[in-house]
Amino acid sequence: MEDHLSQVLTADDVDRVVRRISHEIIERHQGAKDVVLIGIHSRGVPLAEKIAAAITGFDGTRLPVGELDIGLYRDDRRQRPTARLGRTLIPVDLTGTQVVLVDDVLYTGRTVRSALDALSDLGRPGRIELAVLVDRGHRQLPIRADYVGKNLPTGSDQRVTVRVDEIDDESGVWVEDL
Amino acid sequence: MSSLLTIESLTRQDIEEMIGLAGGFREVLDRDVPKVPTLVGKTVSLLFYEVSTRTRLSFERAAKALSADTLTFAPGGSSVAKGESLKDTALTLQAMGPDLMVVRHKATGAPWRVAEWTGLPVVNAGDGAHQHPTQALLDVFTLHRRLGALDGLRAAIVGDIRHSRVARSTSQALVTLGAEVTLVAPRTLLPVDLTEWDVATADGIDEVLGEVDVIYLLRIQQERGGGDVFPSIAEYVGRFGLTRDRAEQLSADALVMHPGPMNRGVEIDPAVADGPRSLVTDQVTNGIALRMAVLYSLLSGEGAA
Repeated sequence: MEDHLSQVLTADDVDRVVRRISHEIIERHQGAKDVVLIGIHSRGVPLAEKIAAAITGFDGTRLPVGELDIGLYRDDRRQRPTARLGRTLIPVDLTGTQVVLVDDVLYTGRTVRSALDALSDLGRPGRIELAVLVDRGHRQLPIRADYVGKNLPTGSDQRVTVRVDEIDDESGVWVEDL
Repeated sequence: MSSLLTIESLTRQDIEEMIGLAGGFREVLDRDVPKVPTLVGKTVSLLFYEVSTRTRLSFERAAKALSADTLTFAPGGSSVAKGESLKDTALTLQAMGPDLMVVRHKATGAPWRVAEWTGLPVVNAGDGAHQHPTQALLDVFTLHRRLGALDGLRAAIVGDIRHSRVARSTSQALVTLGAEVTLVAPRTLLPVDLTEWDVATADGIDEVLGEVDVIYLLRIQQERGGGDVFPSIAEYVGRFGLTRDRAEQLSADALVMHPGPMNRGVEIDPAVADGPRSLVTDQVTNGIALRMAVLYSLLSGEGAA
């Protein structure tokens, strides 16, 4: 990455944060048996897979991991060019399950709202929680995360960039002044 | 893209993007709740001057699965019976506030005129014997779902090529994606000028049976004079019908397609139409997903009014 960006989480930091969130999920669900991890495209998907792998490493539990594309549910479609649709893949019947939505950055909350709408069309989970790598504030909707990797106070004139190995060939979180 | 009027205007990349998008919508159709809120508040006007079952229903289903509203116009029992022109009808419908028009008309070029008069995005749902781009796209989407990339695919299109907008559009889409197309028809049912088609031709279905991966059958278009150019149905079936015996000469994994409506027992034997090689019902379901992709592309994002 270029010099004018300041890195706030290194690859090792991301790994530690993922392990902590994984422990918190197990703790809150007393073993995570009915938990389904659903990553929001695009960078939430590899993060959900990292959490699933970490939980398998701790106690051998293999959690189902799904993918959710919220492009069809956005509330800002008029301002955005037509985006490519990502894959939506829900591997199990969600009825009664404990869904943990996973995304990279929590900002306005609009992506999460769209994801909640999409999930309600795909099934009726018993509970939905939210895990994010970074919470940068500036919410525009009454939404909060249940598991937060790092709280990162930012200005709306800054950009937060998350990179993951599976998509970007490197891992970490950077903040950039626009 | 502001309108979808012809396959010729699409590059290979355009077609591949549309296939990718349609795959996403196909997944939506397979859900317990096969509906998304993407185009809520949008209205799609269906202006169908020629009779249609599957195309009109398919567009309606596609629009509704995206939560758009539909306004359907058919000339029977409408002001067209009282002498209203295409232009006045189009402008009247436009005044009702749709965001897009889907147009089918017997005259070549009618959808272009509607686009000019109304300034709206227009989807050509068939203009005379000229173009039917969403049929072509759903055909290549259906093949792509089954086979992956179509480079080198050997396809034969059999029947009334001259009067068929499907033959023209689908062969263009196949060629654009790298397939080899052979048109099989009585000479009287081939287009007069084939110089721009980039296809081979054959005089009888038996010439191609063992050598194709896909055989695409067309009905004889009685309403455009297609039935007047050969002596009898029996003679046509004798040289061009996909009978049960002929279907057995196809290679083991060859596929059979038909855009509908089918004349069972003429261009296709009923047992073949309903058999394991047949993609006919896949074409119908995939057609909804493909039309969702087209409506989404034209009405979502920057292109939207």
